Amino acid sequence: MKELIKKLVEAYGPSGYEVPVRDLIADIVRESVDELRTDSLGNLIALKKGTGGGKRIMIAAHMDEIGLIVTYVDKKGFLRFGTVGGVLPLATIGSRVRFASGAIGVIGWEKWLQPSSERPSLEELFLDVGAIPGNQLPVGVGDVASFDRPFVDMGQRLVAKAMDDRIGCAVAAQALLDLGATPNDIYFVFTTQEEVGLRGALVSAFGVEPEVGVAIDVTKTGDTPEAHPMAVELSGGPAIKVMDSDVLVHPGVKNWMIKTAQGLGIKYQLEVLEFGGTDTAAMQRSRGGIPAGCLSIPCRYIHTPSEMVDYGDVQGAVKLLGEMLSKPVEI
Amino acid sequence: MLLKELSEARGVSGNEAAIRDIILNAVKGQVDEYRIDALGNLICLQKARRQAQGERSPRKVMVAAHMDEVGFVITGINGDGTLRFGKVGGIDDRILPSKQVLIGQESVPGVIGYRPIHLIPRAERERAVDTSKAAIDIGATSKGGAEKLVKLGDYATFRTAFEVLDESGLRTVKGKALDDRVGCAVLVELLKGDYAFDLYAAFTAQEEAGLRGARVAAYATNPEVAFVLEGTVCDDLPKKKDLSPVTEVGKGPVITFMDRSFVADRRLVKLLVDTAKRLGIPYQFKQGTVGGTDAGAIHLTREGVPSAAVSVPVRYIHAPVSLLSLIDLDYTVRLMRETLHTLEGGLES
Repeated sequence: MKELIKKLVEAYGPSGYEVPVRDLIADIVRESVDELRTDSLGNLIALKKGTGGGKRIMIAAHMDEIGLIVTYVDKKGFLRFGTVGGVLPLATIGSRVRFASGAIGVIGWEKWLQPSSERPSLEELFLDVGAIPGNQLPVGVGDVASFDRPFVDMGQRLVAKAMDDRIGCAVAAQALLDLGATPNDIYFVFTTQEEVGLRGALVSAFGVEPEVGVAIDVTKTGDTPEAHPMAVELSGGPAIKVMDSDVLVHPGVKNWMIKTAQGLGIKYQLEVLEFGGTDTAAMQRSRGGIPAGCLSIPCRYIHTPSEMVDYGDVQGAVKLLGEMLSKPVEI
Repeated sequence: MLLKELSEARGVSGNEAAIRDIILNAVKGQVDEYRIDALGNLICLQKARRQAQGERSPRKVMVAAHMDEVGFVITGINGDGTLRFGKVGGIDDRILPSKQVLIGQESVPGVIGYRPIHLIPRAERERAVDTSKAAIDIGATSKGGAEKLVKLGDYATFRTAFEVLDESGLRTVKGKALDDRVGCAVLVELLKGDYAFDLYAAFTAQEEAGLRGARVAAYATNPEVAFVLEGTVCDDLPKKKDLSPVTEVGKGPVITFMDRSFVADRRLVKLLVDTAKRLGIPYQFKQGTVGGTDAGAIHLTREGVPSAAVSVPVRYIHAPVSLLSLIDLDYTVRLMRETLHTLEGGLES
């Protein structure tokens, strides 16, 4: 599965520009699904039909990652940029970014070495794409970039940009590939534009009209040296969301996950996320309301170019999701 | 001039009737059907005038412009005859002192009262104005006197005459509420065309209060493609640093690639850019991702709608006086009309 994860995290796909990720996932799941379509916002909707008598279930994992968008090019070819999703200016300094064309940029800030310098503001940052006066620039206003970092396999721990939420895509795709006969009609939806407001999930949930929705996304942890207290840690198993900024998870969905994990005898943790939201909220509020929950992968350093997850948690999530989907569901 | 009429008419979010009447009068001969929905949107249908050309040709296209403007609502009448007010839409408190307003159906004149400089301590002059205690003075001297002229819940707008500033050159004009009466004016012009799809021209309500009219108008219309016409942020005045102006007056229609409310459909952006290049129409990108438009609501309707926003650059939006170039307006009409015709061939999937 590490090969799948590597492919997904290294792909380019900021919000609104998810095509490369979509093409990759479509190729991976095509042979294993009954229907495959892309909707008007670019969501990839893969249907695995059930044998009958089950529920209509939507699984949502978002393909998009945070990124930058060029807003201005100065005379020397330095670029100013806006953010696509929740980019933290401090976490970008010295980072490399990659454009759809493959062009690379370096993020600069002149106050880096000044003593007592404050946190950078977005306006102070710029992108250097190696411009040489007189030469044509490889990028222009409106071009979008994502972080550029290779996947690192530390053995148990995995590090990459865009673990948020390619790891969710990997879990959903792997569960899909592993899935045998099931009574449920399962719509695996690889969503767009989550990082800018859960937009893809909102419209795809309207189209799919599920009876139950489950998002697969990352969550924060409280296991670093001076972390804000949070009872989620790497290697503690997949996390079952109870609440985040945008949802109170339907108790029936939460209990479905807990009982399944207990039945399998795999480790799990309960997640209360104080700041942050996921596609869960968009599914929950679709049409007349849909019971929705979220299976989370604990992840350190979210929204930085180096997001870290635990491979055991990832495998646990695949196993748990597969088991949840393979049996009749009572909410 | 229709733009003058639209600019001087008064229609704060939730009270767009006066604007709607002007528009209805202007488009009546061009549309096959129209209706006014529960939120006050005016939705006009101009049926396809010609046969669609191909398999992928859209059958139903929505073009939206919002009728409402930012303004005020009267929330209290003080014992001394002055009026307390709340803001409707995004207005910077610092621009309010001493501005003239018109209140209610009867257009009662008033001024947002503020102490003259003589009475402001030196230290306070350096700070931003605290308008939380500001009141509108309509010249009444008692609560009873004020109640004869206005009532709670009355809307107030800035009071600004529309004027042509520059007859030649950039043909600049000034007036209030050019955000988004200019979009309405463009949309009225577009209805004079003939398209190979059903064109739903939606003049929307309550955009400034949260894209509310467009949300329900798009749900009801259920279009395959949508365009939003706007008067957008323009800050082309001298800058300290080499940061970008968001847009510039006189540089042509503004195409949005992304703002806070949506990511524009790339195919539509390309269609707009290609059309502008083909016709030699100047265009600019909105440089910056500030603000939001009705596209934010429309593109999330039902199963999603590919959407784009095209704007006329307008200086000083959300203030008593805004300014734009009629050349930009004319180019915007041309760009949109030609883009709609090109769209008749369909979008790639």
